[in-house]
Amino acid sequence: MKRLIQSNGRSGLLEFTREGSQLRFRFTWDDGAHDTGLCEAVETAPGVWSLLWEGQSFEAIVEPEAVIVNGARIAATSLDPRNWSPADAHAAASGPARVAAPMPGKVVRVLVAEGDTVEEGQGIAVVEAMKMQNEMQAPRAGVVRALRAAAGDTVAAGEGLATIE
Amino acid sequence: MFRKVLVANRGEIAVRILGALRRLGIPSVAVYSEADRAALHVRQANEAYCIGPAPSAQSYLNIERILDTARRCGADAIHPGYGFLSENAAFAQACDEAGITFIGPPASAIRAMGLKTEARILAHHANVPTVPGTSESLTDFAAARQRAAALGYPVMLKAAAGGGGKGMRAVYNEPALEAALRDASSEAESSFRDASVYLEKLIERPRHIEVQIFGDRHGNLIHLGERECSLQRRHQKVIEECPSPFVERHPGLRQRMGAAAIAAARQAGYYNAGTVEFLVDEQANFYFLEMNTRLQVEHPVTEMVTGIDLVEWQLRVASGQPLPLTQDEIEWRGSAVECRLYAEDPERNFFPSPGRITRYDTPFGPGIRLDSGVQAGYTVPLDYDPMLAKLAAWGSTRDQAISRLRDAIARFTISGIRTNLAFFLDILADPDFRSGAIHTGFIADWLARRAKPTPTAQQEIVAALVASLASQAPAAPPAPTAGSPWRTTGRSAQLR
Repeated sequence: MKRLIQSNGRSGLLEFTREGSQLRFRFTWDDGAHDTGLCEAVETAPGVWSLLWEGQSFEAIVEPEAVIVNGARIAATSLDPRNWSPADAHAAASGPARVAAPMPGKVVRVLVAEGDTVEEGQGIAVVEAMKMQNEMQAPRAGVVRALRAAAGDTVAAGEGLATIE
Repeated sequence: MFRKVLVANRGEIAVRILGALRRLGIPSVAVYSEADRAALHVRQANEAYCIGPAPSAQSYLNIERILDTARRCGADAIHPGYGFLSENAAFAQACDEAGITFIGPPASAIRAMGLKTEARILAHHANVPTVPGTSESLTDFAAARQRAAALGYPVMLKAAAGGGGKGMRAVYNEPALEAALRDASSEAESSFRDASVYLEKLIERPRHIEVQIFGDRHGNLIHLGERECSLQRRHQKVIEECPSPFVERHPGLRQRMGAAAIAAARQAGYYNAGTVEFLVDEQANFYFLEMNTRLQVEHPVTEMVTGIDLVEWQLRVASGQPLPLTQDEIEWRGSAVECRLYAEDPERNFFPSPGRITRYDTPFGPGIRLDSGVQAGYTVPLDYDPMLAKLAAWGSTRDQAISRLRDAIARFTISGIRTNLAFFLDILADPDFRSGAIHTGFIADWLARRAKPTPTAQQEIVAALVASLASQAPAAPPAPTAGSPWRTTGRSAQLR
């Protein structure tokens, strides 16, 4: 079995075989490093895995796009190499990044103007939701394009406020 | 005692009050909005009635509807909890007029303490020190600029009708005043329907320490000690403890603050549970901030240290009984620390994270108390405050209480939504927090200086392995629910 892996920002190829609960694995990371090993993996409840690896006990909870390992949330994805396309990978790394309202709310204030250059983490707009005012931030550095948010607007969940190019 | 009590609230506090009623053998009535049919408080009450659609203004704030429900089901008292109608003098008065006991202070005391500007004048009359500032609301920017200049920067803008950190802004210099005034007023308007704000001198690195007071209808007033609530994020308390490590180090301070709190309450003609909040500077001077005329969110830490059930006392006092204990009989044993669990994502600037809770494995152990309003399978609605639960630990020392709390947090698993649990794990381990060197700006400073936790290489590998194992045998997705905003968001995220 082969998978394309992203874990905590590190990417690479995972090859593994399963025999019952025994899991034999080999990682070839994109930076050239290798990790090989044998561990025991049991799904103790739907989405909850217990791993014993070199005598150590790991409890892992599966979430969308992430795995919580012993309480630490780690962004992790695993793709079938047959479904992978280079265009996806490129778009994810350098394409336009959308700033969207994660839930219904009201735009209180817009902090940037169309064409502004912003840093990663810079505030784009303040949205009030669940009785709190929250700053929506630029996911990466770039130029503000397609600024659709205006103070007083009501926004739906997932609605785009701006695009950072 | 009462025949039947209606709880005019939701979430963990409604569940908490229902528990006290059950233990006293008093039949209980829950009310709920259309968004809360499946909520825990509805299921735990003896009776439950729908009082309107999801928006609070049409349900949990609907005075007529709540009173009508109480009359029709034969409830002779209403507990308002905290938030919603708990500090609404018109509601307390409407209860009186309907012949239903409002479990709380008299309407006149709520009114006297309701506007922060008037409460400051009242404290002044009771010889309780207040933070220098304006005792009337600001009319316009010109007035604000003049008063701020006279006080000297930094200053604090506060909503006159405020509470819960809404409508507050610290202003460090004049150029920042205009925008801050606009923000504070608009937040005050949307939170309290009252845009008026006033100014106070900003005390740097202050502690927020509050005193729990209790009075009966026979003129007895006592204090139950202090709570330290200095750990705040955006003026919202997140960790509270009893006793305060600062008060413990200053002999006589508890008695002096207690006496000041009682004096302020007496001036307002107060009875039932109340909390007088003080700002305390590094020299142990304390200043009256405001009085919360209701049960506080953080009341469990006082209960754990004094052994008193404050809700039971509220019920007894409201029914006309005298206070069960005198001041000399109050004892404080050990230490308790509480954290407020929110549906919010610390990795994304604490943005609210509502949605469906898929797992909710709660911790237990010596000295652990969980006040929770949710359970697995419950969908956290968008319409209300994102607080889910309060987790508290008692220990014979502060250090033991903190260690117990950290262990309980580590054993608490919540999936489906993001919470601030991991954030507490880190902050409770901080050496400055453990030594008690805290102030109201502590969390902001801490967030700025902390190193982002980095997972180990082993954890990276385990995450990659488990993500691969899980994608091999996908669990059957739950049946889609029409119109769920979470689903819509999820779909649109996949589409882009």
